[in-house]
Amino acid sequence: MSSRDRILSQIRQNKPEEVALPSVTTFVSHFENTEDKFREMLSLIYTEVIVVKNLEELAVKAEELYAGVVNRATTIPALSAWADFSLNVSDPHELETVEIAIVQAEFGVAENGAVWISDQYLPHRVLPFITQNLAFVIPRNALVDNMHEAYVRLQDTLGWGCFIAGPSKTADIEQSLVIGAHGARSMVIFLLEGE
Amino acid sequence: MSKTVMEHAEASEVFNRDEPYVNWHDETLWFVRQKRDKSSKQLPEWEQLREAASGIKHYVLSHLDELLISFEQKAKENGVQVHWAANAAEHNEIVLGLLKKHKIDKMVKSKSMLTEECHMNEFLQKNGIEVIDTDLGERIVQLRNEPPSHIVLPAIHLKKKDIGDLFHEHLGTDAGATDPQYLTEAARQHLRDKFLTRRAALTGVNFAVAETGSFVVSTNEGNADMGAHLADIHIACMGFEKIIPKQEHLGVFLRLLARSATGQPITTYSSHFKKPREGQEMHIVIVDNGRSTQLGRKDFRNSLKCIRCGACMNTCPVYRRSGGHSYHNAVAGPIGSILAPNLDMTKNADLPFASTLCGSCSNVCPVKIDIHDQLYKWRQVLVKEGHVHKSKEIGIRAMSTVLAAPRFYQWSGRLGRTVMRAMPFMVNNALNPWYKQRDMPEPPKESFRDWYIRNRKN
Repeated sequence: MSSRDRILSQIRQNKPEEVALPSVTTFVSHFENTEDKFREMLSLIYTEVIVVKNLEELAVKAEELYAGVVNRATTIPALSAWADFSLNVSDPHELETVEIAIVQAEFGVAENGAVWISDQYLPHRVLPFITQNLAFVIPRNALVDNMHEAYVRLQDTLGWGCFIAGPSKTADIEQSLVIGAHGARSMVIFLLEGE
Repeated sequence: MSKTVMEHAEASEVFNRDEPYVNWHDETLWFVRQKRDKSSKQLPEWEQLREAASGIKHYVLSHLDELLISFEQKAKENGVQVHWAANAAEHNEIVLGLLKKHKIDKMVKSKSMLTEECHMNEFLQKNGIEVIDTDLGERIVQLRNEPPSHIVLPAIHLKKKDIGDLFHEHLGTDAGATDPQYLTEAARQHLRDKFLTRRAALTGVNFAVAETGSFVVSTNEGNADMGAHLADIHIACMGFEKIIPKQEHLGVFLRLLARSATGQPITTYSSHFKKPREGQEMHIVIVDNGRSTQLGRKDFRNSLKCIRCGACMNTCPVYRRSGGHSYHNAVAGPIGSILAPNLDMTKNADLPFASTLCGSCSNVCPVKIDIHDQLYKWRQVLVKEGHVHKSKEIGIRAMSTVLAAPRFYQWSGRLGRTVMRAMPFMVNNALNPWYKQRDMPEPPKESFRDWYIRNRKN
């Protein structure tokens, strides 16, 4: 018998009597204002939230924030003039030198400040991790209250997707918080107003 | 692992020799426990979430076979290769086989307690494979040739000076440097080089979703993603209890996991892997290694609900004052003490006794495992099956003789009180284990029984 079949038969022999799934597994969060909560949570994890009226203002802000930075990459066509690093590479290792990536993402979660990003929005999965600094652009109205709502919205995860909440961090040395472990050293979230 | 393993009590005694250090260790972990409290109180539905999580996991235990088959089928449809390992040795061989097939002799690994349980690093190293742990805490203990002392905070037992000295030796940082920012930056540079040059990455699995065949890996540092998205081959290893029925259930578990572990509302990265990227190979190794046996132990099967948050360790008065290494098991603390005897009763018979049975572990557990009850029940199993020291057995037998004979009990109580008053040195000496690190209480003049008889008439 294969290990697979042996494991499964032992499970069948030993598993407890059947029980049903609990009836309540989702909950509603009652925040006074979803966007305020989102901002509050992000400020706790060292992430700046900037509202921009349109793509032109986004381009202006991007220029302001990252003036003097070289190796800028973006997935947003309206920022192509701002970027100087092409994401049109075949090997993701080539992204090693990206300093800042401004990336379109799907939506944010107010209770924890996480933003959902997936294959749908990225030419390379490693981009939000390998870049030294990261900024997401999400529609201002694309915020949900909590993770239960997030998974209602997220019917399929496609090939790969990730909730990212703030810059990379660690506290493995005497519980001292250090920002910038292996992933991005800084994070900005642009909330883009409806066109 | 060839070193002789000290029993928990003995190892704790060594740990307790340096009192300021023990106090620091105790307070550091208690601080993490307090962060968990603060964070959990932000959610009015916290207790219902725990109830839901426990209920979902109960459903999982009772449908494990079906869920695993569904997971396997979906994963295969997604282009992921699925392997099954009955035990640690088979798991290690599978990983080695995959690396050999691709002629890879260097691999990066993000946190996986399962590979610790299987002693995979040692096995691979013996077979010529270099494994670099990429979680900062894990890299630190790896450079020290130690196992992690905590499942979430692997280097929690170390002071920054220890790490400064270690990095000076291995990474060439300045002698005497202890600034965490500086040391972390050095590790970032050192590990970035590994991420960029390794063709294989191994990760753990926090949750595997039966409905979609996908799995979630949570980190704060981003090391799992850095490894997996750059490597040609991604191997994810999971104990079979990591399975959950539906994607929507991740809502429950991701809300509980980080809040219970460190007090964060969510880890920085919650990465959902479903299909390999173009040109990449993705493998999942599903491991039993004693889990199906534990599933058959009615009193202990709930331990398989564990989501490895570490809250029971942070709160445990014994863990905080004895350190993770004293448990001589990949998973330390209260949860480790109910998992370990299932793996080896003889070697781990001491662990269920490493508890005050105060119940704090069960109170903080996000999936409501009855940890302290199981610790108590393991003691009985272990004594019955003859795995407990004679000295403990003699003590227990003497106590049951005394407690079963009321007159003898009254007499011995009186004798004890008199001796403690007249000759305190009889108990305040090194032969009495209760005298270690504490003073004996002042003996009362009379027993409650004597007092009651004297006062009842009034």
